[in-house]
Amino acid sequence: MDALFTEAFVAAFFFGAVTAGVPLLLAGLGEQISEKAGVLNVGMEGMMLAGAYAGFAAAFLSQSFLLGFLAGALAGLGAGLVMALLCVVWGMNQIVVGIAITLGAEGITALLHHIQFARSYPRLSRVEVWPLPGLADLPWLGAALFERNPLVYLAFALVFVVAWVFRRTQLGLDLQAAGDMPAALDAAGVSVTAVRFAAVLAAGLMGGVGGAYLATVGGGLFLPFMTGGAGFIAIVLAMLARGRPLWVLSGAMLFGASLALTTALQVAGVDIPTDVIQMLPFAMVIAVLVIFARHSHLPPALGIPYRRGER
Amino acid sequence: MAAGGPSPQGGHKQPSRRAGALRAAFAVALPVVLALAAGAVLLVALGKDPLAYYVYVLQRGLLSPTGFEASLTRMAPLLLIAAGLIVAFRAGLWNLGVDGQFLLAAVVVAAAAPVLTAAWPAFLAIPACFAIAVAVGALWSLVPAFLKARHGINEIVSTLMTSFLGIGLANVLVKLPFNDPTTTVPQTATLPVDERLARLGDSTVHWGVVLAVAAVAAVHLAMTRTAFGLKLQIVGANPRAARHAGLDTGRLTFAAFALSAGLAGLAGAVDVMGVHGTVRADWNPAYGILVIPLVFLARFHGFAALAFVFLFAVLAIGGESAARRLGVPSFFVLVLVALLMLFFAVTEFLGHAFGARRRS
Repeated sequence: MDALFTEAFVAAFFFGAVTAGVPLLLAGLGEQISEKAGVLNVGMEGMMLAGAYAGFAAAFLSQSFLLGFLAGALAGLGAGLVMALLCVVWGMNQIVVGIAITLGAEGITALLHHIQFARSYPRLSRVEVWPLPGLADLPWLGAALFERNPLVYLAFALVFVVAWVFRRTQLGLDLQAAGDMPAALDAAGVSVTAVRFAAVLAAGLMGGVGGAYLATVGGGLFLPFMTGGAGFIAIVLAMLARGRPLWVLSGAMLFGASLALTTALQVAGVDIPTDVIQMLPFAMVIAVLVIFARHSHLPPALGIPYRRGER
Repeated sequence: MAAGGPSPQGGHKQPSRRAGALRAAFAVALPVVLALAAGAVLLVALGKDPLAYYVYVLQRGLLSPTGFEASLTRMAPLLLIAAGLIVAFRAGLWNLGVDGQFLLAAVVVAAAAPVLTAAWPAFLAIPACFAIAVAVGALWSLVPAFLKARHGINEIVSTLMTSFLGIGLANVLVKLPFNDPTTTVPQTATLPVDERLARLGDSTVHWGVVLAVAAVAAVHLAMTRTAFGLKLQIVGANPRAARHAGLDTGRLTFAAFALSAGLAGLAGAVDVMGVHGTVRADWNPAYGILVIPLVFLARFHGFAALAFVFLFAVLAIGGESAARRLGVPSFFVLVLVALLMLFFAVTEFLGHAFGARRRS
């Protein structure tokens, strides 16, 4: 066993962990923004899937990863628009609309894949990387963190941007008020609908980019239902992080690591079903919930449509 | 987490019974027509003839005897899951972990059934298998129920987590302890055809369907006509008021979760013992996420859920035939369900807006 844990092996493991974790990070941050504003965006799985398909299709047709990410963002934004219109403006049930969006995205992307790619299963080439001079040569973690596509750097930077917005800006206060006490925000003259609408659009956009990354960089191809619950994991990450972006980052990397561990153990020839390892993060989350249960806190108005004058 | 959702009894005062019924029929028919129309546009865009597709789906899912029987058979697990969801949703609990509860119970029963049916007569073995399934499902909801009842932890997170965990565990069970070594793909030992749930008359429909219909009816009556059901609905509508009224909300939460997950587990047993006879590795029909919208469209109403599940089963069975024959993938049915949901939501919203304007 000892010979296995060479630097190359561990570096490859970290690399895989970051690759698997970045879509969860983007989607989790987006979800966190919408949850902060009081909208439980259950459609995240559908938004990621829409982004995954659009991202792959655009990247394949244009041979440009950048266009792929942009297309993924647009597709996620479109799904977010549906969610925002139905749930924020019209006050419909967020869980039901979210599930409808997920079902619809699953169906449409699988249909489109069936028409376009089901016979050829095209693959993308490797994504271009921008190594950061000096840092990329660090042992163990250098390649995983500092020899990546710019989107990865952007995703990590977003963690701090979101944290800054939450803590230091008026927008952050508005978002929090929309989730904690929308009536107070309304009384202060800020439109609850506008704040929540923007939050859901942000979630859709980030989920879409996350999905695009998953399909283009992570897989290099699109498969029906390829997100496989990543959107739901993002929802859980956002809820467990309780409004703290750094926790989303740690959670996403943890899930990414356990996904990468599956591959690493297969490479190492360890003979246990991959399901065992894939179960670990879920088991861990449940254990954390049971042990630290008392400190749970969610925005009080989460999931409740806001109607002026109603209590 | 708020219960959310429409109150099942809510709505406006209707001017007269007949006008109310007419409006209700219109409110159901309009979204169905709109969803089918939007689906037709999509079919045209795919280069298919929508009329031919719908006619074929109707023929294969409803009008041909084998198709009709297949649709009825498909209803069995869906209805049992729907019954479980009605309990949970009416109690204000978003049990989104049905798929894990279903699959885990299905796998355990798939392993137990061949052994039990070989050792015991059917009248003992089958109820025993059903009891095991209910117990496994209920057991799998214990942690979310505990977290919700004791610490008020949002059940969406905990049920999603236990669902993923249950699906993973089910796969591990199929691949390791319950694996039938005589087969090449990992799967559980196959239940002999003679030992499966008996067919109704000459049909291919097994009696699990009858059980499922009875379960939906029983749940509906229990929720609307009994003190227990009323208590659950109070907890669902307003947990604080329920506590002030002296209800043991913790115990009711456990009961609702156990009932909901137990019914999902029973769905797994019925599907395995009535249709498949075995569980293969990585089998996951993901019924839960499909039934949730149907139950919601039915406003948590048992008999309405029956109708929606029937409609969906016809679409699903017909859609699977059409996939083979007309080359429209069965994923199209997912899009139809999503469209149905969206149009229901939109027509309901417009109906409310229109009604509000008329009253003011």
